[in-house]
Amino acid sequence: MTRIGIAAVQGAVREHERVLSALGAKTSLVRRSEDLAGLDGLILPGGESTTIGMLFEEYGISDVLRRGEIPVFGTCAGMILLAKEIEGSEQPRLGLMDIAVRRNAFGRQRESFEEEIAVPAISTDEPIRGVFIRAPYVTSTGAGVEVLGTLDGKIVLCRQGRMLAGSFHPELTDDLRLHRYFLEEVVGQGA
Amino acid sequence: MERELGTFRVKAGLAEMLKGGVIMDVTKPEEAVIAERAGAVAVMALERVPADIRAAGGVARMADPRIVREIMDAVTIPVMAKARIGHFVEAQILESLGVDYIDESEVLTPADEQYHIDKEKFRVPFVCGARNLGEALRRIAEGAAMIRTKGEPGTGNVVEAVRHARTVNAEIRRVVAAPPDELPTIAKELGAPLELVHQVHELGHLPVVNFSAGGIATPADAALMMQLGVDGIFVGSGIFKSQDPEARARAVVRATTHYQDPDVLAEVSTGIGEAMRGMEISRIAPEDRMQERGW
Repeated sequence: MTRIGIAAVQGAVREHERVLSALGAKTSLVRRSEDLAGLDGLILPGGESTTIGMLFEEYGISDVLRRGEIPVFGTCAGMILLAKEIEGSEQPRLGLMDIAVRRNAFGRQRESFEEEIAVPAISTDEPIRGVFIRAPYVTSTGAGVEVLGTLDGKIVLCRQGRMLAGSFHPELTDDLRLHRYFLEEVVGQGA
Repeated sequence: MERELGTFRVKAGLAEMLKGGVIMDVTKPEEAVIAERAGAVAVMALERVPADIRAAGGVARMADPRIVREIMDAVTIPVMAKARIGHFVEAQILESLGVDYIDESEVLTPADEQYHIDKEKFRVPFVCGARNLGEALRRIAEGAAMIRTKGEPGTGNVVEAVRHARTVNAEIRRVVAAPPDELPTIAKELGAPLELVHQVHELGHLPVVNFSAGGIATPADAALMMQLGVDGIFVGSGIFKSQDPEARARAVVRATTHYQDPDVLAEVSTGIGEAMRGMEISRIAPEDRMQERGW
């Protein structure tokens, strides 16, 4: 059985647990580096990227993840943590993807929204409902980064090898397809 | 498909993202920066912390928009601000400023003794205090997207927050265990909409995130509330009324993440200076207890 860890410093942990369990994966919570042992993949949930990044450093999680051996799916704050470059910020990050991100790029909470996004890698006719909460987007990508979804021309879903990053929150909907893509196409590929 | 702003899912969703984190009261930009650097997931912008409101007396109102704006400019994490219970115009002003969450709060002097704010009218989400399940569900029925215990603000005494969390837990257990045909009577007793009582029966928890607030002063207090099952922590006076706010802020954040790990709790509780002095609840006259405000 595939074992997926969910970073549980803080954030939308139980929502990812619910989705992964529905897909038949075994889940465990990651708060310190020892918790990463034996994982087939890791979810970086939405939350505050400044808080999560800081506690990742302090509890040794960043050092292990920077080796790039564990496939990661980052949503919202998770996307920010995966990025090499964060506009105007020196905050701690993993830097596992060759992307630049802008935080709170669509605005503050008052501008948070839902909108459908076409993701051809998952379905050519059924879009994914994107829940964007103080969401970031990707402003530039390096070689080897595959853009999987855009909104108003902004990159909101992309992949680089075994790393997957999304601006929005599939875990707040009943749509399991993006998590299934992560399990089958990203985690499964390396096994 | 059109863009939909301010849906209940994005309102309640922001609270979901704050889970496991600490939200700190701040009165100036410098304090907001200390909170952010310590790892706070959000700050609450206000003119005075509850302990000072209690000491000052008089009518406590929404903060000066200048203070709220300065704090919003100083940090990248979400900024919340308080409106008086029932004062929907203060809430309109806070929404216009672009704060990320509005706390309809008993810490301020209520503006309406009969009606709370109709929170569904706003695109910015609301958090409200509750002492029991009925109160929590009434606030959710009005549109609140996040709940917190009331506790007794500004006391540095966690006893009331514990009481409120345990009360909500016990009432949820009763709703979950009850057969469906008893739910209408329970809803009547709680003074809560039946539909929401049904939701609690099925979910086993509140339909929105439930934080703890009111009297949390130490890392151990934060972990206590987390072990009692709340989703996250508000610290009001507890940080900036203590001897070493920076050290205490860092410690409370780490205690909230590692709430089940006594070794971490022992380490982070060490050498962080004195906590705020604190008050015995029985020494506060009933009419001065902020938790009695709202219904």
